Amino acid sequence: MSKPIAVLGAGMHPWGKWGRNFVEYGLAAARAALADAGLTWPDVQYVAGADTIRNGYPGFIAGATFAQALGWSGARVSSCYAACASGAQAINAARAQILAGLCDVALVVGADAAPKGFFKPVGGDRPDDPDWLRFRLLGATNPIYFALYARRRMAVHGATLDDFAAVKVKNARHGLGNPNARYRKEVTLEDVRESAVVADPLRLLDICATSDGGAALVLSSMEFARRHGVAEPVRIPALSTVTPTFPKTVLDLPDFATDSALVVDEPDRPFRSAIAHAAYEEAGIGPDELSLAEVYDLSTALELDWYEDIGLCEPGGAEELLRSGATALGGRIPVNPSGGLASFGEAIPAQAIAQVCELTWQLRGQAEGRQVDGARAGIAVNQGLFGHGSAVIAVR
Amino acid sequence: MSTTKQRRPAIEGWFTTADGEVRLLGTRCASCGTPYFPRNELACRNPRCDGPKDGSELEDHALSGRGRVWSYADSRYKPPPPYISPDPFRPYTVAAVELETERMVVLGQVAPGHTVDDLAVGMEVELTEGTLYEDDEAEYTIWMWRPVSA
Repeated sequence: MSKPIAVLGAGMHPWGKWGRNFVEYGLAAARAALADAGLTWPDVQYVAGADTIRNGYPGFIAGATFAQALGWSGARVSSCYAACASGAQAINAARAQILAGLCDVALVVGADAAPKGFFKPVGGDRPDDPDWLRFRLLGATNPIYFALYARRRMAVHGATLDDFAAVKVKNARHGLGNPNARYRKEVTLEDVRESAVVADPLRLLDICATSDGGAALVLSSMEFARRHGVAEPVRIPALSTVTPTFPKTVLDLPDFATDSALVVDEPDRPFRSAIAHAAYEEAGIGPDELSLAEVYDLSTALELDWYEDIGLCEPGGAEELLRSGATALGGRIPVNPSGGLASFGEAIPAQAIAQVCELTWQLRGQAEGRQVDGARAGIAVNQGLFGHGSAVIAVR
Repeated sequence: MSTTKQRRPAIEGWFTTADGEVRLLGTRCASCGTPYFPRNELACRNPRCDGPKDGSELEDHALSGRGRVWSYADSRYKPPPPYISPDPFRPYTVAAVELETERMVVLGQVAPGHTVDDLAVGMEVELTEGTLYEDDEAEYTIWMWRPVSA
């Protein structure tokens, strides 16, 4: 078990399609997190930015971009990119600094301004880049991969289109009470059924949108939290960012093929499951002790995969768990009480940070309109795709 | 006339149509036997392989041309570039196919004329060559999967 760090502040800029610069969202989130922590920007010794690759150079050096927007203060700074896991990597960078005793207080910021429609590779002809090639040679958009997982789930575990729709209905209901969610509207099974097929078997309302948004956290050492007068802060005892293990036999973006399992058998734990397992080991807790989970529902079907990957049920048990109501607010283990990506849309570098904001508010009992009763422990998981992913455990 | 257009592979060296048989061209580690597609020429990626790992262990290897459908999906909307789409856009189907011999899953478009309604997980499919896109000069071809019974 590793030492925990404290979460002193959480802040977000609401998700939406605001059409403004990503720096504005990050700045608003950072200010909100600092205010929540009762600290000011000059108190911050280390700032970690999660990069966006769709907003020009300022996005590639997000740490410095946000530091400049907040006013150069001489804080140590880092920027990192890890696809959808970028935010968790930034949290981990700050955590390592704190646990190494190199700083007491750190600020983590991620923000994005997303283009409309399908995500596409960054511009230019790059015939040696698999991300470029999958579009050129296969037309394999992100929804195609999500649809391949969904179809597989239907064939192997008997998931139905209505199960997928029920995930959307649940998450939309959860998101109703979340002021930071982009979509705050009840969705019916009928709405999902009638939405256009994008990539069979997935329909428009099965697939998460892309959004603008910003999220930030103020993190500190446990000792600093105590000195600052917070006796029982929300703590992060574990954060895992493990790679897949060879052979990676589950198709991932932007792969043309999986690794071969001809010579080495597939690992006991596939990628997503390994990410969560490493976090449980580090925290010294298991899925039975969770009060809630925030999982990366890039599609409704993927949320069901996550139930199994994070150990809420055995492989093949996700449909039954969903149908039992266990993963809805008021159930045994609410999943995505924030409303999830279904209610937010994805703002890539901000999303994993936003998940931890939600854990923080839930564990403090401040998640108004969507509070999980007596929340004591939560996990936030993310498959960054392209071989990145993360799991963060928070407790109180 | 479109029928006289040249046919060229949309990418060089990823597949062959020699002897009328379509095969994917990958590599294989001579030390541990792990096959790769697309071609891996850098170093064997099996962390436990005790080959030299300087690329000299990787040799040309044509993968099997048949497999079973692991999963499949289609695209009902025009994807962004660099996909080159006909005008008007034509929906297409993509299959992930498990190669029994190589124990790996390989993606490919499904030959035109086959939709998701013609496919099932576990169905046997084989490789064929199809046109991915065309311009005034040529038709650019790519490997595609099609049901064996077709």
